[in-house]
Amino acid sequence: MKLNQLTIKQAQTGLKKGQFSALDLTQACLKQIKAVDKKINAFITVCDKEALGQAKEADQLLKDSSILKQKPLLGIPLAIKDIFCTKGIRTTAASKVLEDYLSVYDATVVKKLKEAGIVILGKANMDAWAHGSSGENSDFGVTKNPWDLGCVPGGSSSGSAAAVAAAMCLGATGTDTGGSIRLPASFCNLVGLKPTYGRVSRYGVIAMASSLDAIGHLTQDVTDSALILNVTAGQDPHDATTLPAKVPDYTQSLKKGVKGLKIGFPKEYFQKGIDREVEKKIREALKKLESLGAKVQEVSLSHTQYALAVYYLIQPSEVSSNLARYDGIRFGFPRKRFGEEAKRRIMLGTFALSTGYYEAYYLKAMQVRTLIKEDFEKAFKRVDVLVAPVSPTPPFKLGEKADDPLKMYLSDVLAVTANLAGIPGLSVPAGFVNDLPVGMQILGPQFSEALLFQVGYTYEQATNWQKRKPKIIS
Amino acid sequence: MAQGKLTTSQVEHLAQLAQLTLTSQERQKLQKQLSEILDYVGQLNKLKTAEVEPTSQVTGLENVFRQDEPSPSLSQKEVLSEAKETKNSFFKVKAVFER
Repeated sequence: MKLNQLTIKQAQTGLKKGQFSALDLTQACLKQIKAVDKKINAFITVCDKEALGQAKEADQLLKDSSILKQKPLLGIPLAIKDIFCTKGIRTTAASKVLEDYLSVYDATVVKKLKEAGIVILGKANMDAWAHGSSGENSDFGVTKNPWDLGCVPGGSSSGSAAAVAAAMCLGATGTDTGGSIRLPASFCNLVGLKPTYGRVSRYGVIAMASSLDAIGHLTQDVTDSALILNVTAGQDPHDATTLPAKVPDYTQSLKKGVKGLKIGFPKEYFQKGIDREVEKKIREALKKLESLGAKVQEVSLSHTQYALAVYYLIQPSEVSSNLARYDGIRFGFPRKRFGEEAKRRIMLGTFALSTGYYEAYYLKAMQVRTLIKEDFEKAFKRVDVLVAPVSPTPPFKLGEKADDPLKMYLSDVLAVTANLAGIPGLSVPAGFVNDLPVGMQILGPQFSEALLFQVGYTYEQATNWQKRKPKIIS
Repeated sequence: MAQGKLTTSQVEHLAQLAQLTLTSQERQKLQKQLSEILDYVGQLNKLKTAEVEPTSQVTGLENVFRQDEPSPSLSQKEVLSEAKETKNSFFKVKAVFER
């Protein structure tokens, strides 16, 4: 197996044993980027020079392997979604408004990952400002799905997903405001974590919708996801919404199994609009979990049908407010550079917040948000976790939904609920439909990430879907 | 919730509020698309919510304070480093007042 195809865990073992150097590992990734990214377009910026420098530094430090206690991700090459500020490396949010923006500080998550020793390979492509479900809204060109270059990789963390799936990096950061990590993970056969709201700092991540934004990552498997959360989670004085809740070692719970766990499937997530084959895969996954000892039962989240409407009021409202700061005076370029989707959301949000409409739209949406949150709270009194599809369809064709915003928005219909309720969600590979990946999401109460990893790991070990790779990397 | 249909003058007014310059083609397209989206979100009217408290903060945190102690901040040079135009260590903006 090539070095760039290793999981983070495997790479750590190899580095520790001296089987290869951090420089070998980074070079393998950069070589893969050169070989395939012309076709995929997963990166907006590749920083070869910096990456090689960081890798050499890591090799120096690795001479004493006890350093791994302080720097658990030493020498691990990752991609950073281009919405995380990186000091000295361009940060664009995939928008021409920020085409030349050089941040003077690192996002907290970037700072923590650097302190843990990672190598930054580059900045991953995305839907501009994280507005989108397909990756097609990037001002730096569409990203393609490594499993089928005619399909979208899912968005908005499109480049992050495509880069991991095509073995250009060992993992990538992402953001999830309404499915933007889980959807691309499900479309690219990856594990994607959307943590609890406030579990991971948002500081230095360009804000989309501040009451919904969650900072997570995409990896090849569940173990790697836990390894990264171990580094990124925790309270940050720069983000007042982060909570003081203790950060456990998330790898500790992985092997506890699912025996006796109560797993619910929300019946509303299996109703109209969902592709039959996708539904079949998720029902098979539930059977699998049952055979592994879980007790599976149907639950109802009765306000599910209203979630997307709530989301498409709250999210654009917050977007319009957050994007108001881009005036081209202090940094970046003037507002005329905003793309079509950003303009649409700014306009929609401005309307929902304007005099005479606030109560009817924004306030109403916040009230229904309460009902959606309460649905989950009630469900989690009966079951430990919920399992549902991430996307109502398998990966769709490039251009298929590009001209119909409402149709595109419906891709997120099963994902937005977790953001509205602030609960964590873990997307894990659940099989294939016509050779294209399908993902399932495991949802739990706030701060139940360890439990989600436990369920995800157990399922993953029993099915090994994550081991299947796209032809482009062989 | 009011009727979903947006008028042309509403679209123009919103663009002005949001400081966006739209072409007439964009205005037409947005008028149609925004109306469709507002139509879709109109389904929330089916729910009675008069008694429901709104949720804006999901984890229940309130009034997060910190000690009022000074700490290092960015230098003036760093803060100005991304501005397209500066003058005498200030951001340069277009005139706001008429002469």
